[in-house]
Amino acid sequence: MSDILRLQSVSRNFTGLKALRDVSLGIGKGEVLGLIGPNGAGKTTLVNVVTGVTPASSGTVTFMGRDITRVKTYQSARLGLSRTFQVVQPFAEFSALDNVAAAALFSQPGESIRSARQEARAHLAFVGLEAQSDQPAATLTLAMRKRLELAKALAMKPKLLFLDEVNAGLNSAEVERATRLIHQLAENGITIVMIEHLMKVVLNVCTRIVVLHNGQLIADGAPRDVIKNPAVVEAYLGQKYAQRAGAHG
Amino acid sequence: MTRSNFILLALVVGIAALPMFGGSYALRLGTIACMYGILALSWNVVGGLAGYPSFATAAFFGFGAYTAGVLLGKGVPLAVSVPAAGVFSFVLACLLGAALLRLRGHYFAIASLSLIEVFRELVNNATDLTGGGMGLNIPLTSTAGVMADATFFFYLMWGLLGGTALMVVVVAGSKLGFGLACIRQNETAANMIGLNTTLYKSVAFGLSACFVGAAGGVYAAWVHYIDPSDVFDILYSVKPIVMALIGGLGSPLGVLIGAFVYLGLEEVVWRNYIQIHSGVLGVLIVVLLLFLPHGLMSLRSRLLAWRPKRV
Repeated sequence: MSDILRLQSVSRNFTGLKALRDVSLGIGKGEVLGLIGPNGAGKTTLVNVVTGVTPASSGTVTFMGRDITRVKTYQSARLGLSRTFQVVQPFAEFSALDNVAAAALFSQPGESIRSARQEARAHLAFVGLEAQSDQPAATLTLAMRKRLELAKALAMKPKLLFLDEVNAGLNSAEVERATRLIHQLAENGITIVMIEHLMKVVLNVCTRIVVLHNGQLIADGAPRDVIKNPAVVEAYLGQKYAQRAGAHG
Repeated sequence: MTRSNFILLALVVGIAALPMFGGSYALRLGTIACMYGILALSWNVVGGLAGYPSFATAAFFGFGAYTAGVLLGKGVPLAVSVPAAGVFSFVLACLLGAALLRLRGHYFAIASLSLIEVFRELVNNATDLTGGGMGLNIPLTSTAGVMADATFFFYLMWGLLGGTALMVVVVAGSKLGFGLACIRQNETAANMIGLNTTLYKSVAFGLSACFVGAAGGVYAAWVHYIDPSDVFDILYSVKPIVMALIGGLGSPLGVLIGAFVYLGLEEVVWRNYIQIHSGVLGVLIVVLLLFLPHGLMSLRSRLLAWRPKRV
């Protein structure tokens, strides 16, 4: 499998704090990669480095054979890197429709406002928000805003999609619905990297898991193997989880 | 085109009839009204649409006035000097914008404010070119007589106002306007969806300076004499903001109405309270903003909301 994204000994420092230390990682086309680790492990920083929000202090990032280490955020978006935010970032005054239309309009060259709105309808329907399309984004519930983020990301026609805790703060029915959507995206051939704390979702969706701890990669492999890895249990999952998973699996 | 934009253009066209109704006073007031309209509508592009509170209006007004003034002094015709003032202001603002618009909120406001001081000092010190603190005399452009001159400059300023209004309407309906609205609401997200925010903000800043610079040029030719403390007056930066707030932030029609209402207040207060006029004007503005925080444009929806209750 050819790698769509490759990180080569990437580090990122925030004046003294080493958020990422020498991370090397390849992501294959079509993979659904789970990125897990305790709070402050550097998961979101990794996404920010790849999308150009906070460029790497050292190391290189290659996307589809092209060096994107120093590429600006808006450029990486046009290349097909798209993300949702842990804290949702809607255009609050815009309708749901215009939120998604904006994503289509500015990420695709040659798009007009009219055609962007047309496409947006399809994406809203996909995430089940067609009834809310004329409602201002600020009035949507959290679960709806999370799905709106997803629709925005999809409108950018991503080749690689980062999902930063799309399930945080959702109830179990909403989580199930979001999980189904992620499955569908993976079936459509989009490479997905998901940051997720709900292990149930990770094990259900991901084909591979990498674990970050204190900015370092401590495990990488098939889900079943990673959750039994002693270093991962120690750093993140905890003994109780390992025992339960052992009893079930 | 939306209805409010149509009314905006109709209002601008209507102003052209003003010379039929009055003498030189009406013409003078009309010229200033058009000038205020240009400043307020231009400010609205960067302040209202993109959400960047710019205090740089006076800087580009002065820059345009001196550009046109110097050119006219060298014998360049008015038809070249005024467009040149507009174009130079646009280019300069785009370049400065790329640097200044990295700052947000209060920091941007202070940085844009400092532009006025920088430009003023430059003009003060370039004595050979600008006459420095002595000011600059600008040759008369015609010898057709006082009234003909006043009418000519009224229509010149009116034409510029028309151009500004057209620019604003076009921007509002374009990809640029859509992008600026995104930037105002959430700049991080705007970047993330592939919007080149630096470029969009710079162009917005450039457009907001372009017609202001040209208006400065017309002003210079109109009054025949400019000096740094006159054209780099910080009030040229503050007034457009107050006008936009009176009318209703973001709505071009509201902003233009705000400009005319402000001028009306200024005139009435000036005539009746000559000794304490700025104090009275200040109180009036505070009262207006306290009771109409969303400007005159919000009155319409308020009135509509009242109507059913009476039935």
